Amino acid sequence: MAPLLEVLKIRKSFGSLVANRDISFNVDSGEVLAILGENGAGKTTLMNIIFGHYLADEGVVKCAGRELRRGDPRAAIEAGIGMVHQHFTLADNLTVLENTLIGTQSLWKPMLSTAEARQKLVALAVQFGLEMNPDAYVHQMSVGEKQRLEILKTLINDCRLLILDEPTASLTPQESDGLFGSIRKMVSSGLGVIIISHKLNEIMRISDRIIVLRAGETVGTVRTADASKRQLGEMIVGQKITRPERRSSRMFHPKIKLENICTRKTNLQATSLKNIDLTVRGGEIMGVVGVAGNGQRSLAEVMSGHSKPTSGNVTIKGIRAFEHTPMSFMEAGVAYIPEDRNNDGIVGDMSVWENAVLTETQNAHLIGKMAMVKTSQCRSSAEKICSANDVRFQSINQPARLLSGGNIQKLLIGRWFARSPEIIVACQPSRGLDEGAISAIHRSLLAARGGGAAVILISEDLDEILALSDSIIVMYDGYASEPFENRNVDIASLGMMMAGDGFNAV
Amino acid sequence: MIFDFLEVLVNAGFWAATIRIACPLLLATLGELVCERAGVLNLGIEGIMSIGAMVGWTAVYMGADLSTGILAAALVGAAFGLVHAGFTVYLGASQHVTGIGITLFASSMGYFAFRLLLPSSTTPPKIIAFQPLDIPIFSELPFLGEAFFQHTAFTYLAFLAVPFVLWLMNRTPFGLAVKVAGENPMALEAQGIDVLGVRTLAVIIGSALMALGGAYLTMSAFDAFYFGMVNGRGWIAVALVIFASWRPSKALLGALLFAGLDAYQVRAQQLAGAVIPYQFFLMLPYLLSIVAMVVAAKSTRYPKALLTPFRRGERH
Repeated sequence: MAPLLEVLKIRKSFGSLVANRDISFNVDSGEVLAILGENGAGKTTLMNIIFGHYLADEGVVKCAGRELRRGDPRAAIEAGIGMVHQHFTLADNLTVLENTLIGTQSLWKPMLSTAEARQKLVALAVQFGLEMNPDAYVHQMSVGEKQRLEILKTLINDCRLLILDEPTASLTPQESDGLFGSIRKMVSSGLGVIIISHKLNEIMRISDRIIVLRAGETVGTVRTADASKRQLGEMIVGQKITRPERRSSRMFHPKIKLENICTRKTNLQATSLKNIDLTVRGGEIMGVVGVAGNGQRSLAEVMSGHSKPTSGNVTIKGIRAFEHTPMSFMEAGVAYIPEDRNNDGIVGDMSVWENAVLTETQNAHLIGKMAMVKTSQCRSSAEKICSANDVRFQSINQPARLLSGGNIQKLLIGRWFARSPEIIVACQPSRGLDEGAISAIHRSLLAARGGGAAVILISEDLDEILALSDSIIVMYDGYASEPFENRNVDIASLGMMMAGDGFNAV
Repeated sequence: MIFDFLEVLVNAGFWAATIRIACPLLLATLGELVCERAGVLNLGIEGIMSIGAMVGWTAVYMGADLSTGILAAALVGAAFGLVHAGFTVYLGASQHVTGIGITLFASSMGYFAFRLLLPSSTTPPKIIAFQPLDIPIFSELPFLGEAFFQHTAFTYLAFLAVPFVLWLMNRTPFGLAVKVAGENPMALEAQGIDVLGVRTLAVIIGSALMALGGAYLTMSAFDAFYFGMVNGRGWIAVALVIFASWRPSKALLGALLFAGLDAYQVRAQQLAGAVIPYQFFLMLPYLLSIVAMVVAAKSTRYPKALLTPFRRGERH
């Protein structure tokens, strides 16, 4: 019998970048195949080709022995392929039921029929442990619920092969467990599953077979039962890269202190802060964990002077802040590495050197009389920052948006660290970066800590928090927990707290 | 004095005028709403209304019957919708610039064609426009009859556009696809539906409705065509869509509210012309619309993909 899915010699390039080079593999019913690789290894591109979003330059995709029409998601869906995209493909303004109806009926029917679809939705939800209210609006749902809805959408289309692209990227550990439970139910009912991830632990738990991609090529295929994490890690990166280790360091006086901070909701998505008290000392990295959207962003904005709390005090190095502006906080020694580095960190259309000196508008060495920019000094200062932080570029005059994510982040960190900041607010500093860049950034943060700076590290990557932080707080719905010593923490209880456990009493 | 101002409200003529004034606004607002729900802002609305007014009138003047005139106006509107969609949906051009371009082009070309067809006339010629059509029994009702049931067939048609758009948007698979196209086009693409096709068709349907709004002016409200007769109604409709939070039923409310204010200010001018300058009353509907917009728009949720072109096969 032909395998459920057969991928033969797929090749795809974007301009000069070869995203996929002669990739072939099979998936059978009842099997979980994991595709593992760094960001930019070509995993998502490959899935988009299978599902028909992209046209491959060469190669064939066969489903149950029959060749799929190229570049047509409709053909893939009809052949029984379902895909859960990394960025949800849901319409927030519609209900669960309406979202599942998209594409199930001819556009030219005069009347949408819903009764049958509702029955099927409820039945499938029960069968696979994905219960939800068909009439709930998507914008009211949590990330975990949206994910379940995405899976339901594929099941409603009678999918036999499910592709999951980074499904656990923004789930709590408990939600991930729930997801894996559903995956096991689907597999035992005969579905094939492809799961894409760069989280080794999860892949080891859920998959039967692993394919590792690097720079668009297949590095190897292993059976999960025979694989070790170390071996896989080296296959992914291609060389041994070790993340730096945290050594004990001396703690100094409090550098930044928040007392009873509350904020107002600034927009619909933001979560307001409620009575936040925290102190970060010099030589300390404080990790902030929590599911995305529980006030981490508001906290970072208050600590970097981007927003003014409605009540409470911010004290920096013993002096209470009265002026809540980014400039005054910068002058007090705060550095801010924003979550959205492409939009809030750099100005994409300005050159690399301009971006490297953006924070130095008050620097008399770089800005001359009559507010004229001293171009040559700026360039040499920028070159110094870039070479010290291993920022790679073709030309220092190229627009900064053409840099890779890792180089943008190294540029940002270098720019801030050139000011020798005493307080560093780092939001998701390693999100979406490759292993080499992550190690470099961790090394910079640890070096700053060793130099006596206070670091607030906001991250959704628990492993990162556990590796770097001296103390850890959990945020939920705008509240912050008491800080825990890192060595006293266990992941299960952190996960429970991320889901709101223990915050009711607050 | 105060009593006089209130008395206007119990005058059947005032309500009948409100209904008449609301029709072109209602059609145009519904048209713009369908476009924007699909993620395409259509600022060609003012020009499309002008050309609809011109084509509908000209067809009747040339001897076609009134329903053919309506059809002709709708077809020309649809054609301009196709042009707008071609630029904004398929080529990803700026929706603002394309829309303004279409408005400038369509209004001027409409008048140009009008002058070519009728070069020598100084006073605008007239057609026999839609005549009042009394609805049996209802038109006999005291007050209500005169206010609501002695209008032209085109007026009733304009109000029937509300249930039509409600049905289209909320009851058909196509309407569902339109709403998704304006919120998250990837959700359509991921189900194998042609986003560009759905958006284009929505813009065509919306533009046809706009052109009908224009045609109402020359074929029902008046019986002649002259330059600049749309007079900003298209821009009001763009604002009313926001007031309506992209909901057809609230679009009806908004159009009636604005039309009511307009009908009221004409009557208030006559009552207080000596005391308060008439310009104040002329300003009134716009002023109150701004207030209403500010209040309504606070809680509004824009279609998330409005103004964002969609391209297949690009890395997101």
